[in-house]
Amino acid sequence: MSLRQIELEVLRYDPEQDDEPRFQKYSVPCQEEWVVLDALNYVKDNLDGSLSYRWSCHMAVCGSCGMMIDGEPTLSCKAFLRDYGSKIRVEPLANFPIERDLVVVLDDFMSKLKRVKPYLIPKQHKPIADGEYRQTPRQLKLYKQYTLCINCTLCYAACPQFALIPDFIGPAALALAHRYNLDSRDGGRAERQEEVASHEGIWECSFVGACSEVCPKSVDPAGAIQQMKIASTVDWYLERLMPWRNK
Amino acid sequence: METIQTDVVIIGAGGAGLRAAIALAEADPGLRIALVSKVYPMRSHTCAAEGGAAGVVKPDDSLEQHFNDTVGGGDWLTDQDAVELFINEAPKELVQLEHWGCPWSREDNGSVAVRPFGGMKIKRTWFAADKTGFHLLHTLFQTSLRFDNIQRFDEYFTTDLLVADGRVQGCTAIEMRSGMMHQFQAKAVIICSGGASRMFPFTTNGSIKTGDGTALAYRAGAPVKDMEFVQYHPTGLPGTGILLTEGCRGEGGVLRNKDGYRYLQDYGMGPETPIGEPVLKTMELGPRDRLSQAFWHEQKKGKTIETQWGDCVYLDLTHLGEARIKERLPFVHDLAKSYLGVDMITDMVPIRPVVHYMMGGIHTDINGAAGLPGLFAAGECACVSINGANRLGSNSLTELLVFGRRAAESAVAYINGGDKTVDAGAANDRAEASRARITALFQKSGGGETTSGIRREMTESMESGAGIYRDEESLKATCGKIAELRRRYNDIELHDKSNVFNTDLFQILELGSMLDLAETVAASALARQESRGSHQRLDFTERDDSRFLKHSMAHYQGEGPPRIDYLDVTITKSPPGVRDYSGDHK
Amino acid sequence: MSRKPYVRPVARTTWWLSKGRYVRYMAREVSSLLIAIYLMVLIIGLMRLSQGPAAWQEYMESLASPVAVLFHLIAFGFTTYHATCWFNVTPKAMRIPSGDDFVPGRLIILAHYAIWGVVSLIILVIAGVL
Repeated sequence: MSLRQIELEVLRYDPEQDDEPRFQKYSVPCQEEWVVLDALNYVKDNLDGSLSYRWSCHMAVCGSCGMMIDGEPTLSCKAFLRDYGSKIRVEPLANFPIERDLVVVLDDFMSKLKRVKPYLIPKQHKPIADGEYRQTPRQLKLYKQYTLCINCTLCYAACPQFALIPDFIGPAALALAHRYNLDSRDGGRAERQEEVASHEGIWECSFVGACSEVCPKSVDPAGAIQQMKIASTVDWYLERLMPWRNK
Repeated sequence: METIQTDVVIIGAGGAGLRAAIALAEADPGLRIALVSKVYPMRSHTCAAEGGAAGVVKPDDSLEQHFNDTVGGGDWLTDQDAVELFINEAPKELVQLEHWGCPWSREDNGSVAVRPFGGMKIKRTWFAADKTGFHLLHTLFQTSLRFDNIQRFDEYFTTDLLVADGRVQGCTAIEMRSGMMHQFQAKAVIICSGGASRMFPFTTNGSIKTGDGTALAYRAGAPVKDMEFVQYHPTGLPGTGILLTEGCRGEGGVLRNKDGYRYLQDYGMGPETPIGEPVLKTMELGPRDRLSQAFWHEQKKGKTIETQWGDCVYLDLTHLGEARIKERLPFVHDLAKSYLGVDMITDMVPIRPVVHYMMGGIHTDINGAAGLPGLFAAGECACVSINGANRLGSNSLTELLVFGRRAAESAVAYINGGDKTVDAGAANDRAEASRARITALFQKSGGGETTSGIRREMTESMESGAGIYRDEESLKATCGKIAELRRRYNDIELHDKSNVFNTDLFQILELGSMLDLAETVAASALARQESRGSHQRLDFTERDDSRFLKHSMAHYQGEGPPRIDYLDVTITKSPPGVRDYSGDHK
Repeated sequence: MSRKPYVRPVARTTWWLSKGRYVRYMAREVSSLLIAIYLMVLIIGLMRLSQGPAAWQEYMESLASPVAVLFHLIAFGFTTYHATCWFNVTPKAMRIPSGDDFVPGRLIILAHYAIWGVVSLIILVIAGVL
């Protein structure tokens, strides 16, 4: 096992001690196959027990450990040291308030998630005894990609629109709304449109595309938002050109 | 101290906790529900489950078969009334989840697809590619957002149960971001806090799986059951312990030793089945305990491959082809490639057994009621028990649905069955005592022990003494070690004195939970002088139904080791038989 | 109260300089401006055409000035960049189901380039350049 000395430069912030964040350096003996999270755990266990950060699964599915690593929003459990130099800068996710060290405040994201009604609003009620809804692999494929979001919020850290306009509902929540809109079992699009097609919704997106570039699960929220824009535009024209369709 | 008055507190917001919360909300829209978790719901470890959830839906399957697979898989230590009920309710729960939007994988005709898992006579595992737990968790979490009476307390770390007049009347929890202790006064508490496999060094479990809820119940006087049964999953990635789902073998993957030989045929699971034609309940589709034990023997024979992360065997999926792997196993394909640099489409993946699941937990009846009035439990933290001595793969996701709901329903029945007014004065006294314990930690200095040091010694001792194979000597050593560590635990100094998101503090508390439970694992294992399912003794190699067809019950004794006694297993229709996973079992 | 979340300042005017992808995005946005100016030049041309041959001649001569040539070169560069940017992201906005899968994104992008080439060719032929 080969060892490699890495210098971690970690943004620290203790609200009870500090007025603003500061960088702290740690020299960490790392194994070649480690990820940045392993190096942080080494610091926590051996060098500085006061370093605070979130993590759990270490397999890129729980979405806890997003951080800015060398300025890029990244899951630290999937940031392999082999892809970085001997100096690595670690900061809390951008565009979120810092609670402490690498822990950010997620209240805003959680409330936005709820706002888009991210649950199945069935077209028609079906009793459990009648069994499952039928859904072909093709119908599943239509929305499957957008179910893969792990809520890691890397996309919010990458989105300059969200940075400038914090009211923007943002990539992950909008993509989730799209996921349910596309589900053959769902009939809730009209309800979601009130939030989604608003000024704080899809129309705040200027298609920078950064969200999709940093997404660790290839959800492509930018694509979802553009598809929703097209669908909303079609709605708008249909309403005016074929008024008899409106109920 | 801030006091939250509520009707039911749920500790843990993973699959079981969310299912319970939804069941409560549906049962009574006027019910006040507090869902308390040390992490945001979608971080819960349910998300890491890959393979699937078992439920009988297909015409060629039957409840009878699922029953037999589960009872036999558990080496007859399952309570058969619980299994029967579980199996009857499983399909309904899976359909319910489908109605809530879970993206189950499908057949061409639009019905839900099923795949085979180990130890099953018929294919019955519902799956959503190889991210079933993830989809299940997110579907439940998103569905829970519909209900306004589910009030979430995300990132609240529960420290104690409030027990007064012999009833559980709530709990205390620290709001992690402010460090403020809160008191939840409730008529009932449901614990859904998951397992505790982090007490082992090499585990598929995330860092949050430290058994906090189980330890809360145990310390409050509720017995924990069958703790000696720890499941090793046969196919973990070396180094990280990342799980490669049993679905890999369900889809046709095979295990080979260093000579390329499919060694399972030497351990009662043969004869060898043709490549690409997996036979249910045979060879690679044998149960997890048997497969992990076979690895141990191969290792002793020197037939494993030495790697920098320890000895391994190969999981060979190369014959499946790229299309099938990418459709059915995209997640593990990516995981093996990223974390080990092995592309399973073209190369065999080195794997080794890894601690995955604890069959034991808080003792409950078939309604999820634990050993204290007002206390309920469901999911991995509980032991109903349907898993017995070895859990059948893909029963755990279904279990958290069925028993999450049942625990909620029995909590409602309990609340409605007579006066359950909270004794606010008594609850407050208990809460203040809990706060004092935390304050003392902040004030104490000196001691010289560290969390990471004691944790390391604990995990090493558990692996060496209470691993796949155990004997009296190794278990006694581990019992002694854990007892010593529990004493030394009191000398850990909290260095971080901040109130805000003090993970130093929470790690100390988590370690305390793990140590208490580790002692129950080792003590129960030492007392069980037989081999059954995942509990294999080198000095008592046979199953001994005359003495040990019984559940071990561990009772908390403060600083001393737990008191162990036994509870009869409920047997309704399947008398203990031979677990036959050979090709001739048909 | 021990909580005191720290909100990092946002560089409201220079944020886009911090990363390559943001610079590329800004370039794409700015390209619209150049296209707009180019269109105005074109509309002025039409207006001059309607004012008779002398006016048209004057317009054509002004286009030959070094400033105008330089502007057109820059505008051409940005227009090309604008077009490639959008062509490359069309598959995101336009998912065409095909069997149980989607038409591959590469094919959609390629189709855009192909149509672009054909239309350009037709225009060049009509203009008498080819």
